[in-house]
Amino acid sequence: MAETIVRKRTYLVVWAGLMVLTSVTALVSCINLGQWNAPVALAIACTKALLVALFFMHLRYESSKIVWVWVLAGVFWLSVLFFLSMTDFLTRQFLNVPGK
Amino acid sequence: MSAQSSHGNPASGLAAAAPAALQHQFADLEQQRESATLGMWVFLITEVMFFGGMFTAYLIYRVMYPAAFQGASQHMLFWAGTVNTAVLICSSLFVALAVHAVQEDHRRLLVFFLLLALLLGLAFLVIKGYEYHDHWVNHKVPGASFQFDGPDPLHAEVFFALYFLMTGFHALHMVIGVGLVSTIAFLAWRGRFSPAYHTPVDNAGLYWHFVDIIWIFLYPLLYLIGHRRLW
Repeated sequence: MAETIVRKRTYLVVWAGLMVLTSVTALVSCINLGQWNAPVALAIACTKALLVALFFMHLRYESSKIVWVWVLAGVFWLSVLFFLSMTDFLTRQFLNVPGK
Repeated sequence: MSAQSSHGNPASGLAAAAPAALQHQFADLEQQRESATLGMWVFLITEVMFFGGMFTAYLIYRVMYPAAFQGASQHMLFWAGTVNTAVLICSSLFVALAVHAVQEDHRRLLVFFLLLALLLGLAFLVIKGYEYHDHWVNHKVPGASFQFDGPDPLHAEVFFALYFLMTGFHALHMVIGVGLVSTIAFLAWRGRFSPAYHTPVDNAGLYWHFVDIIWIFLYPLLYLIGHRRLW
């Protein structure tokens, strides 16, 4: 159960990937994709965050299951925060209630 | 085989390299390291929820006033946000390489990479400060002197309030990170860490990468809303 030593090469490849994705998201924001600019930018951001978490933060090599339980619990409750909040704000105009 | 185990530590497989770092409540350094890593992740998850509240506020207002947010975002310094994203990614690489260096017992390389990360962290804060100054002179700070000539200035002001709140808390985390990495670099220079014991380096690294991840989301949400002119 000794800790894993990640190869330098892996770090450099991940770094290169992050830099490429940053350039891509900056350039794509200059193209008018209409409704699609935000989802594309967020998808790229999620990919970058995943790369940082899995490799720089060693999650990919984490053998302790309880760490994974905490991380997934964090993701789960963050989703609850976002989605349940939006079930309110996105549905207020469904019924014509005054003072929505 | 260790003099320290005279306090009744039953672990015979104790790592002989740095037994001084072992606290008495742990069986061995491995268990101590796993506990510290778990504790750090628990702390980071509380940080995720802390920023999560602000991201939710942002989400709600952006859904309610998309045009105001798009207009206000055009007043961000696009180049500064992009450069700062690259700066933080490079600093994260150096922190990751610092962890690699201590695992391989390269003390000088460890200190060198930590100082590089520190330098980039400070560069980030300087660029951020320049941006804040730019918003200040252009009357983009919410309050009595706020001016906005686009559509819906009231809700553009909401955007700027959220911008200062979120980047402000992020910058505060950067300041704490700079202090943390300075301390770790000093301790590393004094020779406190070894391949057997370097948990503080790992955990400071986890914090640094977490702050990087927050920025990875702030960058598209604040700087890249909708279509913009290049530069």
